[in-house]
Amino acid sequence: MSTASARIPFWRDVRVLRVSAQLLFVLVIVLIANWFYTNLQINLERTGIRFGFDFLWTTAGFDISEGIPFEPTDSYGYAFWVGVVNTLRVIGIGIVLATLVGLVAGIARLSSNWLVRQIAAVYIETIRNTPLVVQLFFWYTAVLLKLPRVDESIELPGPIYLSQRGLALPRPYATESFPWWGVVLAVGLLAALAVYIGRRISLARAQRPGFPALWAGGVFVLCAVGGWLVLPQAPLAWEIPTLGRFNFEGGWQLSPEFAALLAGLVVYTGAFIAEIVRGGILAVPKGQTEAARALGLRPLQVLRLVVIPQALRVIVPPLTSQYLNLAKNSSLAVAVGYPDLFNVANTIINQSGRAIEMVFLIMATYLTMSLLTSAFMNWYNRRVKLVER
Amino acid sequence: MLLRLLRRVRENLFSTWYNTLLTVLAVWFLWVVLRGLFQWAVADAVWSGGADACQQARQLAQAEGRPWGACWTVIPENLKLLLTGTYPPGELWRIWVCVYVSACVVGVSAGVWRGLMRDVAIALGAAAILLLFLPFSWAERLWICGIACALWVPMGIGWLARSRIPRGVLIGSWLALPALIIWLIGGGGPLLRVESVHWGGLMLTFLVAFVGIVASFPLGVLLALGRQSTLPIVRWFSILYIEIVRGVPLITLIFMASLMLPLFLPGNIRIDQALRAMTAFTLFTAAYIAENVRGGLQAIPRGQIEAAQALGLSSWLTTFFIVLPQALRAVIPANVGQFISLFKDTSLVFVAALLDLFNMGRSILANPTWLGSDREVLLFIAFVYWLFTYTMAYLSRRLERILGVGER
Repeated sequence: MSTASARIPFWRDVRVLRVSAQLLFVLVIVLIANWFYTNLQINLERTGIRFGFDFLWTTAGFDISEGIPFEPTDSYGYAFWVGVVNTLRVIGIGIVLATLVGLVAGIARLSSNWLVRQIAAVYIETIRNTPLVVQLFFWYTAVLLKLPRVDESIELPGPIYLSQRGLALPRPYATESFPWWGVVLAVGLLAALAVYIGRRISLARAQRPGFPALWAGGVFVLCAVGGWLVLPQAPLAWEIPTLGRFNFEGGWQLSPEFAALLAGLVVYTGAFIAEIVRGGILAVPKGQTEAARALGLRPLQVLRLVVIPQALRVIVPPLTSQYLNLAKNSSLAVAVGYPDLFNVANTIINQSGRAIEMVFLIMATYLTMSLLTSAFMNWYNRRVKLVER
Repeated sequence: MLLRLLRRVRENLFSTWYNTLLTVLAVWFLWVVLRGLFQWAVADAVWSGGADACQQARQLAQAEGRPWGACWTVIPENLKLLLTGTYPPGELWRIWVCVYVSACVVGVSAGVWRGLMRDVAIALGAAAILLLFLPFSWAERLWICGIACALWVPMGIGWLARSRIPRGVLIGSWLALPALIIWLIGGGGPLLRVESVHWGGLMLTFLVAFVGIVASFPLGVLLALGRQSTLPIVRWFSILYIEIVRGVPLITLIFMASLMLPLFLPGNIRIDQALRAMTAFTLFTAAYIAENVRGGLQAIPRGQIEAAQALGLSSWLTTFFIVLPQALRAVIPANVGQFISLFKDTSLVFVAALLDLFNMGRSILANPTWLGSDREVLLFIAFVYWLFTYTMAYLSRRLERILGVGER
């Protein structure tokens, strides 16, 4: 063997080939990058743009229609931050609502009721097969902007008001007794923790499954409700939106742009999540449920200890990519004019001409969000996986 | 018969009290939605005449204080824009030739190869027949009817002459088809040149999707192989590329391509907006294809590679004749899904200031003549997208069953 390998000429030696192939690859990449870089230098010199991020501290000079307080005299960097916060707001609310919609639609798709099953199927198949940006534009121009004027707004129970200016919802606000209720909640949390640990220990001693989390939750809810009733004044009250001269005042106001973006993202992502939920539930073999029943588990225990852990194992990885898709799709806000980070960055580019820096910032922000989300979901996935064995 | 039907209805709709409640709620929901939809889209709708007819109907409805119906005339009036953009009207025959030649090639292959290809031809023909129900003029309906004929007649001929057509002719015509289409649409030689700014509507949607699909596939396979490579530098480069592209929205890539590509190229190389958008779509889809293909590569049993090595195949031969054929076959359904989403994503070309089907619709809606017809135009556009994506999804499911993927 050693004599044979000694005779192999160096141009056929695997080790030499591996190193030289990689060197060649690096060389090609460096050459291409260098070519791009030289072109960039020449083009930038010709147009007189200088590369750098110092422009972020200069005055923006434009206004942003919604989000955290922003003045045209603030800097470009702060404007971008406002956009980031707006994006995070849509993503946060969107993920929660899309999961709920997907869960309901996915279960409805498996319902024993034929009609419900068909309605869910039509919803999923139409929404999944049309582009999101068409849907967003439809929500915005064909639904929200076609709503009646503010003084003729539709009133839904709540009261929620629908009009061309968007949605106006009641908003909870803290009254004077809220701090005291906070103290009660903290005590309740401690009590719940104590109950949880106590139940865990006694169940472990008795060596049988049970619901320690349910007990703890019950204790906490009991404390919260008790505190609410005992305190002389309700700790939270609803601020009802009232019609002012031009628009609703008070309450929680959603602009039509935000409402359209949220509705579009939730309905679109919900349809995809519904398919994932359906697949996850179907992936648990019927024998598992039957075996659990034969072992004497109660229906709720079958669901909690056998079906859900196994279904979650199938559901979580694709669900992660749907959440990531929702986050990335929120950049389509530019189609309806909601000032998310992409839209604001676009305005900054139009005003300052700093295309390269801003595109770099946009990409870096989205990459960070994607990596953080997938890191969190991977952590959760590992936890769910542990249930397996 | 009736009794069995009744029993089926009771089992499926009224088995328990909450099932009955659900049924009643669903029927009420359907009644409200469908009645409103019917009133708007059919009963009160304006089907013919120009923009004036719509205005009159709207004013009449407003005077009577009832909601007005749909104004479907906006579709036939703007059909040329929606389908081909600002393509010169005198050269439109070239697009028809493209459609008919493609239909003939698909039809003949369907007749000869049968299997899934036959389903494709039948589905496309059926889609063309479905299009007849949309408000087109009779001349246009005749042209559309011709598409179905151009699919189904060659299919019959191909089936009859299947033993006499050599294999090479069909494959050759498939390879020649893209070049022919690009030449017919773009012009050159004896044909008048049509710049890409005049490409638009559904035609542009198809062109972008088609170029994206064809160009991204080899790139994606290369990236997948790179990610599985034992050479660390190649592997890390592939991982970096795939993860970065998958971590950012497509819209930023199109934006980057349309804004920054000229900055990275020498001043004498000019590429137009359509090509820039196609580059972005290719680079984007390649990363996703790479992940799909990686799944297929990982699913190949180790024994296959070891057996190939034992037989004395080099690593290149092993990759191209043992690993890739099996891996690609296993990931065809996933890739079809990727291409469906690419087709939907072509609606994002507005970032590069291109006017595809959706964005042509948007510019029509910005025209004061058609103000307020948003629902009609958007529903039509959504329907066209749905028609093609649903057909593709259906075929992908058939393909899955034929390949037996997921049954192992």
